[in-house]
Amino acid sequence: MEKELRLMKGNEAVAEAAIRAGTDGYFGYPITPQSEILEYLMEANPGETTGMVVLQAESEIAAINMVYGGAACGKKVMTSSSSPGISLKQEGISYIAGAELPCLIVNVVRAGPGLGAIQPAQSDYFQSVKGGGHGDYHLIVLAPSSVQEMADFVELGFELAFKYRNPVMMLSDGAIGQMMEKVYLSPQKERSSDSPLWATTGKPASRPRNFITSLDLDPYGQEVFNNKLQAKYAEIREKEVRYEEFLCEDAEYLLVAYGTSARVSQKAVQILRGEGIKVGLLRPITLFPFPTKRIYELAGKVKGMLSVEMSAGQMVEDVLLAVNGKVPVKHFGRLGGIVTTPEEVVENLKSKIIGG
Amino acid sequence: MIEATGIKEIIKPENLAYRKTDIMTDNILSYCPGCGHGTAHRILAEVIDEEELQSQTIGVSPVGCSVMMYNYLDVDIQQAAHGRAPAVATAIKRLMPEKFVFTYQGDGDLAAIGTAETIHACNRGENILIIFINNGIYGMTGGQMAPTTLPGMKSSTSPFGRDVKTMGNPLKMTDIVATLPGTYYVTRQSVHTPANVRKTKKAIRKAVQYQKLDKGTCFIEIVANCPSGWKMTPVQSNKWMEETMFPFYPLGDLKTPEE
Amino acid sequence: MAKIKGSIVVNMENCKGCEICMVSCPTGTISMAKEVNGKGYYYAYPANPDLCIGCASCAMVCPDGVITVYKTKI
Repeated sequence: MEKELRLMKGNEAVAEAAIRAGTDGYFGYPITPQSEILEYLMEANPGETTGMVVLQAESEIAAINMVYGGAACGKKVMTSSSSPGISLKQEGISYIAGAELPCLIVNVVRAGPGLGAIQPAQSDYFQSVKGGGHGDYHLIVLAPSSVQEMADFVELGFELAFKYRNPVMMLSDGAIGQMMEKVYLSPQKERSSDSPLWATTGKPASRPRNFITSLDLDPYGQEVFNNKLQAKYAEIREKEVRYEEFLCEDAEYLLVAYGTSARVSQKAVQILRGEGIKVGLLRPITLFPFPTKRIYELAGKVKGMLSVEMSAGQMVEDVLLAVNGKVPVKHFGRLGGIVTTPEEVVENLKSKIIGG
Repeated sequence: MIEATGIKEIIKPENLAYRKTDIMTDNILSYCPGCGHGTAHRILAEVIDEEELQSQTIGVSPVGCSVMMYNYLDVDIQQAAHGRAPAVATAIKRLMPEKFVFTYQGDGDLAAIGTAETIHACNRGENILIIFINNGIYGMTGGQMAPTTLPGMKSSTSPFGRDVKTMGNPLKMTDIVATLPGTYYVTRQSVHTPANVRKTKKAIRKAVQYQKLDKGTCFIEIVANCPSGWKMTPVQSNKWMEETMFPFYPLGDLKTPEE
Repeated sequence: MAKIKGSIVVNMENCKGCEICMVSCPTGTISMAKEVNGKGYYYAYPANPDLCIGCASCAMVCPDGVITVYKTKI
């Protein structure tokens, strides 16, 4: 079946894609700049068409624990929020990772810390890729840079979540969530009635009881489990790295940016190329796993890199680790909810890397 | 199995009057001697057995002494984060409405950290059974003051007795949820005597029926003992519970369906 | 008149010696052993088996489910 072309906000695209992906349940709580997801779903009322459950919870905490309950039944369930709300969800996310449950969490990032501002930021990078909650765990983190990707990453997110029994975070930002673009939507998928073997669906006589927990009071048992998780993350690092390159083949300088900053950086590359400066852009699509190997390879070809992110310098640490001292790496980004301009990127690449 | 037996001639399969239900596993309960958790687990398991609900049941265990309920009940169980069981159960029931869904929570879990989840699940009238074990103390962490600790009652964090002026008053969650339109059947029971065990089991059976009929939230508080936390023998603790807990948490139905 | 006679079986090793069965028994059938089981508990046992009427009160209140009850009319 053909894809349907629509003009939508990123947040709306997530909601529509969720319905079309055959999602079983969405549990949300209003917070700017992502409330359209819950609003759209309530308006679309997919309970009447696909049977998808849409529920406004009493808090972000309740919403993520509803996701836990649904995921433990083997259902395709998701939630969405923005930075302060995602902080509230971290306990639940840690439990979900610890119980190895698949789910999708969308973070439409706004500026922080605290209540911060409602404008777009990328300052939840550490929280998303380094853990966020307690314990040794990782989310698979997808970073969309367009409305199309916000739609596409719903299905990709669920696919990866179920493949690895691991929570997936779509790390968007207030700009992509709020902007309108054209988007090609996949045809409606049927909700699956099959449940994975591990799910709690009521114990038939034919199998032992299933229980979902993240507890093991025996430290040796817990260590075995921790090692199992680490092996899974190693496999994810091996197989699931995704990134996009723009004019990197002959590049002498490299911008590394994701999400909204990648869009801005792409424009900066065009401006710089117009001036005869050979600049390329590497856009990580997965932030965990991070395209470490590719950045290391490119470090052998370029003279320096600039990590462009709307944070005080978070992803730049992973770029530095990848580059491992081979070439200079600097950071540039506006803070507080201000979107960086291409001209600022151009200026900063020149002053911090080319001239530096 | 090493057994102490009575008159051997009577011990024949055809004379069997009572045995532990198979819905209880053979794992040895981690609870202290005389703790009401075991009895509460068992009668819940008996109802699941007698109503042939094993394949339909999804339970949610809390954080607290009964965190590992999944070791003892031979049904599918999810272990929830502290206090969040009603939210977890909400999603299970919404996504699998044909299943029998219950939560089993202690007073710290349900009435302190999980107050919001409890009240909102009850207020939405989620079609689930909430079993609330109230022993007025945090058992698992070693006997700290709970939201339900009585005024003047000693615990490891109220060593001179609960001073309501500085430590707040005990919270009667069952009374609160009984006022919410979403709850259908709210009762307070105990499991410390054979008669009370029978009543509580009957309450659980009712709740199962109401859930089948999609009536809304059923909430069963079981006032229970904590011999270790209260620093009493099990028999003393039951007596103390009758004399001290029951006047504050009187047994009986708080909300019954209009029939 | 038919008389009801009962008999109980206690899983001694799993008994935690809480005594709740003993105080719940209406006929005084159960006592606590003078010796401990493998876990160090003074386990319950039918000290006066002739008194048992098979009412299952003990089993009903046993937190650890270690008592099985039989009864018959004689």
